[in-house]
Amino acid sequence: MAQAPVLPRGFELPLEPRLPRIGSVDAVALEERAATLAKRSIKKDSKLQAYDLAVRMMDLTTLEGADTPGKVAALCSKAMRPDPVDPSIPPVAAVCVYPNLVPTAKARLDGSGVKVASVATAFPSGQSPLAVKLADVREAVELGADEVDMVIDRGAFLSGRYAKVYDEIVKVKEACGHAHLKVILETGELGTYDNVRRASLLAMAAGGDFIKTSTGKINPAATLPVTLCMLEAIRDVHEETGRVVGMKPAGGIRTAKQAIQYLVVLHETLGLQWMTPDLFRFGASSLLNDVLMQIRKQKTGRYQSIDYFTID
Amino acid sequence: MSELAKRHAPVPALTEWDYAPAPEAREIVQLEKRYGLFIGGKFVKPRSGEWFKSISPSSEETLAEVAQASEQDVNLAVKAARSAYEDGWSRLAASERAKYLFRIARLLQERSRELAVLESLDGGKPIRESRDVDLPLAAAHFFYYAGWADKLEYAFPARKPKPIGVAGQIIPWNFPLLMLAWKIAPALAAGNTVVLKPAETTPRTALFFADICRQAELPPGVVNIVTGDGRAGAALVKHEGVDKIAFTGSTEVGKAIQRELAGTGTKLTLELGGKAANIVFDDCALDQAIEGIVNGIYFNQGHVCCAGSRLLVQESIYEATVAKLKQRLETLRLGDPLDKNTDIGAINSKAQLDRITELVQSGQDEGAEMYQPPCRLPEKGYWFAPTVFTNVAQSHRIAQEEIFGPVLSVLTFRTPEEAVEKANNTPYGLSAGVWTEKGSRILWMADRLRAGVVWANTFNRFDPASPFGGYKESGFGREGGRHGLEPYLSFEGSESWGG
Repeated sequence: MAQAPVLPRGFELPLEPRLPRIGSVDAVALEERAATLAKRSIKKDSKLQAYDLAVRMMDLTTLEGADTPGKVAALCSKAMRPDPVDPSIPPVAAVCVYPNLVPTAKARLDGSGVKVASVATAFPSGQSPLAVKLADVREAVELGADEVDMVIDRGAFLSGRYAKVYDEIVKVKEACGHAHLKVILETGELGTYDNVRRASLLAMAAGGDFIKTSTGKINPAATLPVTLCMLEAIRDVHEETGRVVGMKPAGGIRTAKQAIQYLVVLHETLGLQWMTPDLFRFGASSLLNDVLMQIRKQKTGRYQSIDYFTID
Repeated sequence: MSELAKRHAPVPALTEWDYAPAPEAREIVQLEKRYGLFIGGKFVKPRSGEWFKSISPSSEETLAEVAQASEQDVNLAVKAARSAYEDGWSRLAASERAKYLFRIARLLQERSRELAVLESLDGGKPIRESRDVDLPLAAAHFFYYAGWADKLEYAFPARKPKPIGVAGQIIPWNFPLLMLAWKIAPALAAGNTVVLKPAETTPRTALFFADICRQAELPPGVVNIVTGDGRAGAALVKHEGVDKIAFTGSTEVGKAIQRELAGTGTKLTLELGGKAANIVFDDCALDQAIEGIVNGIYFNQGHVCCAGSRLLVQESIYEATVAKLKQRLETLRLGDPLDKNTDIGAINSKAQLDRITELVQSGQDEGAEMYQPPCRLPEKGYWFAPTVFTNVAQSHRIAQEEIFGPVLSVLTFRTPEEAVEKANNTPYGLSAGVWTEKGSRILWMADRLRAGVVWANTFNRFDPASPFGGYKESGFGREGGRHGLEPYLSFEGSESWGG
């Protein structure tokens, strides 16, 4: 019997047989669904509940060339006690920094329960040799990172070398050891929702604990439809394999109102089971103060000036 | 617990997140106790002396008393329309007619919040839909036809279009204001005057529209509104002074009207029932197709003549589709139509609820498998949980008859040919949906589906520029677009054109 021709390397998606069909995404309908969910009207107690959760889900982030131990130390204080005058506000989930600043964050956050996340793998472009990326990851973990936010190789992805992307994620996951791995797809560079879905499935198949939209360095960063698209991929993986993967929209989420919209999309796509900081994070820097301001408004009925909230 | 284990100790998920009620304020509409008939630019008491109660289907509370028009009342309305037609409206410069229509369109936008609340209160549809679909589309229809009013010669070159006179228009209860707009806007743009009869259960927005006509200073008699049950409609159909009847409603009544008008020379268009096939191929974007299926059948509680009530799924993705669909149904929020988070509102009337219940029972009796998501129905009012039937055969009543409720029948197919065959195997032919990533297949299917509207990778989407209407028992004539003007015009040398 004639043998089927071998597919060229890099053509096949190296997914487990039980993973869902790749499928496709209809952009118009996806955006329409996201827009409908964004119109949900969340009021009173359900609003306060959402704000509290949003704080607990936040990865407070600083990823600047100008980051210093002083800046990161201040951010860590904010992370542990977001609103000095309101002790009922919970600490955030994690502080997200460059590897060099992991020791500072680690020292400041020790014992607080707030985790340290470090970007790695030649963040934000990922355009370095694999050995460099893996070394980057190992260093970050050795310095104390609880979580690693890696970037995929978009150059490889966009040129169709999916196997390279997959293999890299597998190796990074190994290098992470006990640290949780978040895989940044940089959706703003992928161009289509079909690509976002494909990259999401690839990242999950390769062992990512979380999939994450963006580095924050590219516009557009997180959007509601792109998040919905990724949540649907997570749902499909869960349905097919039982695996539970987390989601992190990052970049561009600045207002409490937006945060609620993301939580509604999460709630109506994956359900209550996913509504925990273990499975959903916001990557943000300016979002926290807006949420704090809205919480105080909700509790007192009045808006307070931005000067009453600390800038760290 | 080790330090590392403590750090990664699971954080419990929320156990519940109920959205607090977010009702639209109903105080913005002022309800009067009684509403008369709108004839000759004035609200008048009915000669019949008869009134009936208009109730809210979500609470069963009485909203107001509305006049029952008798033959005598209808006669007065037709006379008022006739004299308005002859005294000036038909001779008015077309650009002046357009101004009135533009003015009405703007007033609909300005007063859209009141109208949306009223529509949801009176008909039971979710405010999200009346606010985001009914109202914007109703205004868009007036804007669209306002633009045509002074361009009729260009719409029908060398055919010398002329208005036909008095149009009698009878509309259903599922989209009260939108159907009014579909009827009145093209009729007025073409230079006719109208007598409109809204449905018995949903007269409120039409009466509000009467007030908008006054606000727009539309000449008295150009628009007349007579309320009441089928008797008022029958009187309008039989009236000799009416030049054209436009009816949207059930196939049964449509047939009766056609019999009544046979041989009279009165022009007629009918927009009747449907049993649309929504056809899902295995290469579609499945999550988005699920949204389309849900929108196709649960939009407006399934009270949609073009609803995608028969789901035809390619057998290779049948299980995945049904599983996703059931999961999605669990997130639908049923309840107070005025709550901004409500997806499924109330069934329009007791009579309709009984009909849905009867047909759903027949589905169970005939051996189809029923699924309803867990959901609590309010105690007062008329409600029906979103329902899916699987294991449905073409021969089941639920696959043949129009249910006009939130009830979906799922069937399967193996090849595109079989999909077309099953989709066309119905006495109706109003609409169809095709879900596939393959452009060539969309065109192949659209060529073969005998339906007035074929949606590709979407469903229940309307636009004033796009003609709408049916084949076979779904009626004849088109509404919307340039085509929608034809039934309201006569043309030189072909008196029956557009009839």
